[in-house]
Amino acid sequence: MTIKGRAYIAGAFEHPMRKAPDKSVSAIHAECAKGALADAGLSFADVDGYFCAGDAPGGVHSMVDYLGLDVRHADGTDTGGSSYIAHVSHAAQAIISGKCNVALITMGGRPRSEGRSGVKQKIVGANVPEAPFELTYGPTAVNEYAMATMRHMHEYGTTSEQLAWVKVAASHHAKHNPNAMLRDVVTVEDVLSSPMIADPLHRLDCCVVSDGGGAIIVVSPEIAKSLNRPLIRVLGAGESSKGLLGGKADLTYSGAVRSGASAFAEAGVNSQDIKYASIYDSFTITVLMQLEDLGFCKKGEGGKFVADGNLISGVGKLPINTDGGGLNNNHPSGRGGMIKLIEAVRQLRGESHPKVQVNNCDLALVHGTGGGLASRHGSATLILERV
Amino acid sequence: MAANESRIMAIPETHPEHEEYWKAAAEGKLIIKHCESCGEYHHYPRVLCPFCKSEKTTWKEAKGTGTIYTYSVMRKGSPYVIAFVTLDEGPRMMTNIIDCDWDELHIDQRVKVAFMQSGNQNNPGPCVPCFTPSMTENS
Repeated sequence: MTIKGRAYIAGAFEHPMRKAPDKSVSAIHAECAKGALADAGLSFADVDGYFCAGDAPGGVHSMVDYLGLDVRHADGTDTGGSSYIAHVSHAAQAIISGKCNVALITMGGRPRSEGRSGVKQKIVGANVPEAPFELTYGPTAVNEYAMATMRHMHEYGTTSEQLAWVKVAASHHAKHNPNAMLRDVVTVEDVLSSPMIADPLHRLDCCVVSDGGGAIIVVSPEIAKSLNRPLIRVLGAGESSKGLLGGKADLTYSGAVRSGASAFAEAGVNSQDIKYASIYDSFTITVLMQLEDLGFCKKGEGGKFVADGNLISGVGKLPINTDGGGLNNNHPSGRGGMIKLIEAVRQLRGESHPKVQVNNCDLALVHGTGGGLASRHGSATLILERV
Repeated sequence: MAANESRIMAIPETHPEHEEYWKAAAEGKLIIKHCESCGEYHHYPRVLCPFCKSEKTTWKEAKGTGTIYTYSVMRKGSPYVIAFVTLDEGPRMMTNIIDCDWDELHIDQRVKVAFMQSGNQNNPGPCVPCFTPSMTENS
């Protein structure tokens, strides 16, 4: 069974807020659901499948009840920030197998208002097998990604200047996004002179901590064709999970090696065909490593690939994250996958800001990482086509 | 600058199946799991070998020496050095590098095990294996 061409993204909505101290997380989910359904031209009564991840308070059951949904299919897969990209694939599979016709995927959170960030000690539940042998050493999101960066620099000669270009590109896009949390253009110098958080990652190598959320609607081909929206279909998807390999850890590559290969194989396209890419950007290293692992350049050449504006729309060869990405626009709940999907949909519809819109953007890739790039993480890749 | 070792190391969650590991640590020994079926060492410890899935895994005392695979100095808050160290027996383990000048640290540096007590004086936890640059380094 393939999902190729058999499910469509009909609705997308990004919550406009970046700070929401007076809203509950469930309210953010609800507002996003309503926004995405309105965008698609559908109503809550049309929804017969629901998807959410670990950010959803109370999980699937609480959210279905809160939103007043009547669904015949529900999926609470949680693979961190990559969850929502995987959800699109799972929704397509559910649609093809007759489990639902209109799938709603929601996410939202308010880490900014709640004082959560990637410099805080990781918290995990009881009985997590690795916890007794790791948590005492103070792993955080930023120092785990920093350790992957340090090793990448050691093996491939990647530099802080090259990494800084990822942030520079994000800032050039964010200046056109009125909702972006950070809208000032920065230079390589600005990144290198920002405070060191965890060597070798500076403050400006790290994404924003924002409140907010988003939602996506995935529908059957029949429903997509009945709606008055551009037709964006799912061409291919892949997922994977990578860890520390029993002690044979290799921190220089991510699960994108597998998820990307699966998605490209199913879609029947290759990296050269991609006109726009939404690439998870929790940190600058995340982008660099994933671009290598997805095959946009050779392993070890990511530094050269991202440098000199190559990721800036209208300037470089591969425009990415034209909303400003997690580095500048939005990274709600510390989970960037939903926002990555939404900007890819905008690009494919021709609805991105004119200054960053890619000409004739008919093929896009969305890729996310959830968890620690340096340790255990999930990867999800999705390839979308405008028909 | 030396790492600030006033940071309180979180007390690890303990389970009966890891009792020997913590007991050895209290005696200043690092023990790791070895598979009698395939001969591989692994870390963190499991009941089944992660490579061949045999249940014939036993504890072996490690030499307590290794090299830094990667590391990062956490500058935010009370500073500390987190790292992965490749033990001479093979496995890479997450750890802290202590008693060191963090500006002199580098990948492939030789290190040896040194134990730190988790928790604090009022609420002491098990000793946990950390590493410190070894004096015999010649790299």
